[in-house]
Amino acid sequence: MENVSVSVKDLSLSFGAVTVLDTLNLDIKDGEFLVLLGSSGCGKSTLLNCIAGLLDVSDGQIFIKNKNVTWEEPKDRGIGMVFQSYALYPQMSVEKNLSFGLQVAKVEKTEIDRRISRAAEILQIQPLLKRKPAELSGGQRQRVAIGRALVRDVDVFLFDEPLSNLDAKLRSELRVEIKRLHQSLKNTMIYVTHDQIEALTLADRIAVMKSGVIQQLADPMTIYNAPENLFVAGFIGSPSMNFFRGELQLKDGRAFVHANGVDFDVSAYPSRGAFKAGQKVVLGVRPEHVRVDEASDGQPSHQAVVDIEEPMGADNLLWLKLAGQSMSVRIAGQRRYKPGTAVTLSFDMAVASIFDAASENRL
Amino acid sequence: MPEIAAFNTIDAGIEPEVEKVQARATQAGPRGRKPRRALSGRNIMIYGTLIVVALYYLLPLYVMVMTSLKGMPEIRLGNIFAPPLEITFEPWVKAWSSACTGLNCDGLSRGFWNSVRITVPSTIVSIAIASINGYALANWRFKGADLFFTILIVGAFIPYQVMIYPIVIVLRELGVYGSLTGLIIVHTIFGMPILTLLFRNYFAGLPEELFKAARVDGAGFWTIYFRIMLPMSMPIFVVAMILQVTGIWNDFLFGVVFTRPEYYPMTVQLNNIVNSVQGVKEYNVNMAATILTGAVPLFVYFVSGRLFVRGIAAGAVKG
Repeated sequence: MENVSVSVKDLSLSFGAVTVLDTLNLDIKDGEFLVLLGSSGCGKSTLLNCIAGLLDVSDGQIFIKNKNVTWEEPKDRGIGMVFQSYALYPQMSVEKNLSFGLQVAKVEKTEIDRRISRAAEILQIQPLLKRKPAELSGGQRQRVAIGRALVRDVDVFLFDEPLSNLDAKLRSELRVEIKRLHQSLKNTMIYVTHDQIEALTLADRIAVMKSGVIQQLADPMTIYNAPENLFVAGFIGSPSMNFFRGELQLKDGRAFVHANGVDFDVSAYPSRGAFKAGQKVVLGVRPEHVRVDEASDGQPSHQAVVDIEEPMGADNLLWLKLAGQSMSVRIAGQRRYKPGTAVTLSFDMAVASIFDAASENRL
Repeated sequence: MPEIAAFNTIDAGIEPEVEKVQARATQAGPRGRKPRRALSGRNIMIYGTLIVVALYYLLPLYVMVMTSLKGMPEIRLGNIFAPPLEITFEPWVKAWSSACTGLNCDGLSRGFWNSVRITVPSTIVSIAIASINGYALANWRFKGADLFFTILIVGAFIPYQVMIYPIVIVLRELGVYGSLTGLIIVHTIFGMPILTLLFRNYFAGLPEELFKAARVDGAGFWTIYFRIMLPMSMPIFVVAMILQVTGIWNDFLFGVVFTRPEYYPMTVQLNNIVNSVQGVKEYNVNMAATILTGAVPLFVYFVSGRLFVRGIAAGAVKG
C-alpha cells in the first residue's frame, strides 16, 4: 500500500430498495487528480458524498491517508469540498466564509489570517475579501468556494461539478486554474463531472461510471483511444464514435468486419486475442480516424456521400452516408464539401475499437 | 452604424443601401412602446371594484372611530356616519383606565398588560421551538422524522374543542391551571404544527449544499442553526411572528378557559366591557375599547409588513 491517499473498499449504498453503489472499489494515489465521469444519476456524486462523509454508507470502508474514516465526521476526514452551487454562506463576507471552518475548529487568529492571505493570494481574490457573495460574479464565487477548501489545509480536495453553473468561457478559464492549482499544490483531488472535456483535460486518471459501477479506470488517453467497452466508447468523444454492427470474417489470412454489406479490413487492429470467424461484433471508429479523399497507402477505401456539413472553424465535421448508415468524419477546417458530393474514405484501423456485440467488451 | 453609412453615401444617392435606411426611418405604423389608455373599460372595472370593496371594509372602522370621539348625547342623535361636532377623548381614557369589568374598574389596561405577558413569551417560545423542529426535520433526517412530522401535521386538523377538557385536566395535574404559565404552554403547543410546517418547508427550500458545506467546515447541529440557518431565515421568522402575535393576541377561547379573571387577556376583558348588562350602553367607550384591543395586531401588520418586505428583499440574493 504505497502512497495511497484515498481508498474505497467494497462500498455499498442503498436508499431503501434502490441500490446506488454496489461493492465499489477504488484506490486513489497520493497527489493524483482523479475524475469521476458519468451521466446524471450514475452515482458519481453519491460516491463523492460518501467519501466526504455527508452520506452514511450501507456497507464497506473508506480510508483516507490509511486511516479508516468510515464512521468519521466530515470535518475529521481531512477533506475540503467545493460544490456546484458554490454554497457560500450568503450573510458572511468572503473573509468570514473562508474563516468560518477555522473558527469552528478553534484555530488561532494569527494562523487563520495567515491561511486566508495565502489562499487569497493563490486564488487572486484579495480585493474581494470584504465583499458579500451576492456582490461576486459566478467565477469569483467559485474561486472563493475553492479558497474555503484551501484554507482547511487538507490532504484531499473533493470537487462536485464545480464548473457546471458557469458559462462556457469562464468554465474553460477556471478549468485551467484548477489544473494549475493542482500542479502547484500537488494535493489529491477527486473531481466529479459529466463534462468529458473537463475530465480529459484535468485528470491523471478517469473513472467512467454507469449505474453505480466503474466501467473503466484509466488515464485519459487510454480511455479515449482504447475504451474498455461499448458504453465508454460511446460516452467519451464528441461527436461520438461511429459504430458499425457486423460480423467477423476471415479471408486469405486477413480479418474483415462485414457490416451493412461493406467489408471493413481490420487486419491492422491490435486485437487482444485471435478473431473468431462469425462472431458478432461492433466496430468503432472515431471521426478523426477516417481519411477523406486522401491517398490511402494501400488500405482499402470505401465510397460515401456527404449528407450534412458542420463547419466549426478549426475543423469541419462531415456527416456522411456509408452504405445507408450515417457516420461522422472530422477533417481540417479549410476543406469544404457540398452536400451530395461523393467521397472516398479510408479507415485507420490501428486506432479503431472492436467490441463483442453480446458482452459489449473490447476484443 | 446604419446612420453613418447613410450619411457617407447620401451624396452619391445611388447606393440601394441608402434607400433602405431612409425607408426604414420614415416607415409608418406602430413603433416603440404600445400606448395604453388610462380610462379603458378594463381599468374602470378593476379600480372601481377595488374602491368599492375598500370603502365597504373601511366603513365600520370609520363609524367606530367617529363614534368613539363623540359624547353620549351626540350619539343618541343617531347619525352614526356624521363626524363628531365636539371631539372628546373621554371615552378612550375611560376605556383604558376606568371602565368596569365585573368587580374591577381599572379599564382595559389590566387586560392589555396581561395580553402582553401572554403574547410575548408564547410567541418567542413557540417560534424558538418550532424553528429548531423545522430545522431538524428538514436537514437532519433522523430515523422516524417523517412519522413525527405526519403526527404533528395531523395535530393541526383536530378541532380545539375536542382537546379543551383534556388539557384542563393535564394543566390541573401539572399545577399550572389558571396561571399565565399554563396559558403560555397551551399557546406554544397549539402553535407548533403550523409553525413547524412553515419552518420545515422554508429550511428544506434552502440549498442543501450550504448545509453540507457547513458540515465539511466542521459545524455541528447548533453552530449550523445559529450561524448559517438563522441569519438566512429572517423573512420566515417575521412571518411566524406575525402569525403568532396576531393569533395569540386575538385569542379569546383559551384565554377565557385556561385563566382566572385577574389574568384575563385583553380580548376577554373587552367582551366583558361591551357585553355588560348593567347601566347604560356606552357606545363610545365600547368603540374605543375595541379599537384599543385591535390596535396591537394592526400595529404589528403595519410595522412588520415593511420589515417583512425588507427581509424578503435581503434574503432573495442567491448565495
